Amino acid sequence: MMVISSILMALREIIRNKMRSTLTAIGIVIGVGAVIVVVHLGDATTRQITDNIASMGQNLLIVSPGAGGRGPGGARASAPPFDTSDAKAIATQVSNVTVAPTASSMSTAIVGNKNWPTSVLGITETYFAVRDWEVGEGRAFEESELNGARPVCIIGTTTKSELFGEGDVLGQKMRLGKLTCEVVGVMAEKATSMGSDANDIVLVPLKTFQRRIAGNFDVSTMYLSASDASVMSQVESDVTRVMREQRRVKAGDQDDFNVRNMQDLMNAISSTTEDMTAFLSAIAAVSLFVGGIGIMNIMLVSVTERTREIGIRLAIGARGREVLLQFLVEAGLLATLGGLLGIALGLGGSYALCKQAGLNFAPVPGIILISFAFSAGVGVIFGFWPAWKAARMNPIEALRHE
Amino acid sequence: MSAALASEPAVPLIEMHGIKKFYGQGEARVRALDGLDLIIHEGEYVAVMGSSGSGKSTCMNILGALDVPTEGTYAFKGVDVARLDRDQLALLRRQYIGFVFQSFNLLARTSALENVELPLLYRGYSRSRRRALALEKLAMVGLADRAKHTPSELSGGQQQRVAIARALVTDPAVILADEPTGNLDSQRSREIMELLVRLNEERGISICLVTHEPDLAVYAKRVLWFQDGRMLKDGTPQEVLS
Ligand SMILES: Nc1ncnc2c1ncn2[C@@H]1O[C@H](COP(=O)(O)OP(=O)(O)OP(=O)(O)O)[C@@H](O)[C@H]1O
Ligand SMILES: [Mg+2]
Repeated sequence: MMVISSILMALREIIRNKMRSTLTAIGIVIGVGAVIVVVHLGDATTRQITDNIASMGQNLLIVSPGAGGRGPGGARASAPPFDTSDAKAIATQVSNVTVAPTASSMSTAIVGNKNWPTSVLGITETYFAVRDWEVGEGRAFEESELNGARPVCIIGTTTKSELFGEGDVLGQKMRLGKLTCEVVGVMAEKATSMGSDANDIVLVPLKTFQRRIAGNFDVSTMYLSASDASVMSQVESDVTRVMREQRRVKAGDQDDFNVRNMQDLMNAISSTTEDMTAFLSAIAAVSLFVGGIGIMNIMLVSVTERTREIGIRLAIGARGREVLLQFLVEAGLLATLGGLLGIALGLGGSYALCKQAGLNFAPVPGIILISFAFSAGVGVIFGFWPAWKAARMNPIEALRHE
Repeated sequence: MSAALASEPAVPLIEMHGIKKFYGQGEARVRALDGLDLIIHEGEYVAVMGSSGSGKSTCMNILGALDVPTEGTYAFKGVDVARLDRDQLALLRRQYIGFVFQSFNLLARTSALENVELPLLYRGYSRSRRRALALEKLAMVGLADRAKHTPSELSGGQQQRVAIARALVTDPAVILADEPTGNLDSQRSREIMELLVRLNEERGISICLVTHEPDLAVYAKRVLWFQDGRMLKDGTPQEVLS
């Protein structure tokens, strides 16, 4: 009864003082909303990146020329490329592994009067299995096409829609530099990874690429798939040993190639996403702080008025604790309403922005609670504090307050 | 003399002895009240007069249990007020005292009716009972048709009448009014004074008010004259004002 009437009274006071209530609530709404949006966007981005890496396969190893560096392309220029014999050496000397040598370049694909810059990747028959990626429409390369360096290609969905639109594509001709090839298939659509569109690609047989596009026998990257996650480290060390022999790296010298597994890549990227998370958290902290200052200002500005109000209430016979209870309920109610509105707007905004950016939205309960607790806490403390001070004064002091 | 004593209640409503109130420290020390003795019995109508700064408001605030004296004893209905804690003082104000301020002190943005209801809220009265009592008192001060108006929509005289209704609504033993007509013209002032006379005569509510106007002081049966924090004169209006 007491509680309900206090809440009703507080609601009435909140409505009565619309301006003050609105400004206080806005402080909380902004604090909570901003934090929720920032953290959810950061979280969705991070999750997307890690999901993409994970979807590349837990058993995948990427072998590329170049020393040490973490990122792809580290010191590649200084190290000689691989060639087909390296892939063969791994295939024959390392067990439990499938090798997919590839070579790639950027090229402009031309169909009719349409130009489209895309990446061209030379592959072998193992590529699809190793990358866990299938042909969606049409067919994979035949053995004769692979061995005979035939001018055939399989394209990604993005490349297809850019060059052919909705039209028929199988059997169509496409020009890549001097090479004219026939489209025999379209890859299944793949999740986009880290900004680059995996579906914007033209696959050709590796031999076709080497002879008719690159004019050499280089292999730029080898994708390896271990038969099981448990043999990963064994495979990794075997591959390193074989490649050191192949490339005649002297004992004690650094590798002039990289063998990276998805965990390494994940770690490399997670250090970036950790930076990002720290940055976003800083922004979140600032917006909480700013919201808190806003709430505090409003509350402090109204201290005089409120102190006099408390003086009046005390003068007509209210006890200190009755006044305190009322102010506490009022501040709590306002903070809760503002907090809930902030959560609603924050989640709604996050959802909309994620959708816009093609990210997967998922609520982060921890941050919702923290931001709510913080803003509501600030609201309650600063709404309550003047009352607490005033209720300790003589009624006459409170009434004279200016 | 003995007959008069016998007809008076044994315990006075208000009994002050040697009340002193000092503000500030050292050189800047102000003796707002400097040894005041005062007895008011139930049913009395007392006007307090005196020059500005003579300690009238200070005295009223102490009488109203809104402030505490530096020295001296104050008994309300025989109870030593100095012994009451903050909550008990609040209950004293709630049960027995209606205070009317020169500056009205109504809650802003709050209707006349809700302002008058406020003291009853702290008495825990039900909503309908609060409403009925508040409306009754508003009618008594002639503001039944202004119940929904907020202070900013009322004239000074109307605001003061709302404040009086608020002081009345708990049926207090005494109404303490510090220059209740200080902000009003003479016509409104007389109306308020007549209202207070009526309350005193018809309901037996004791009244103690501060005024600067001899014209208004004559409504009272007893006039106190303050000077420099002491009581200089105490008698009928004729005695004191002549
Ligand atoms: N809060 C205070 N702090 C310091 N001095 C005060 C305070 N209140 C009152 N005084 C001083 O105490 C003395 C008595 O003040 P009080 O308000 O009681 O006078 P008053 O008789 O009501 O005067 P007025 O007729 O002008 O209202 C004055 O000298 C005043 O300056
Ligand atoms: Mg005064």
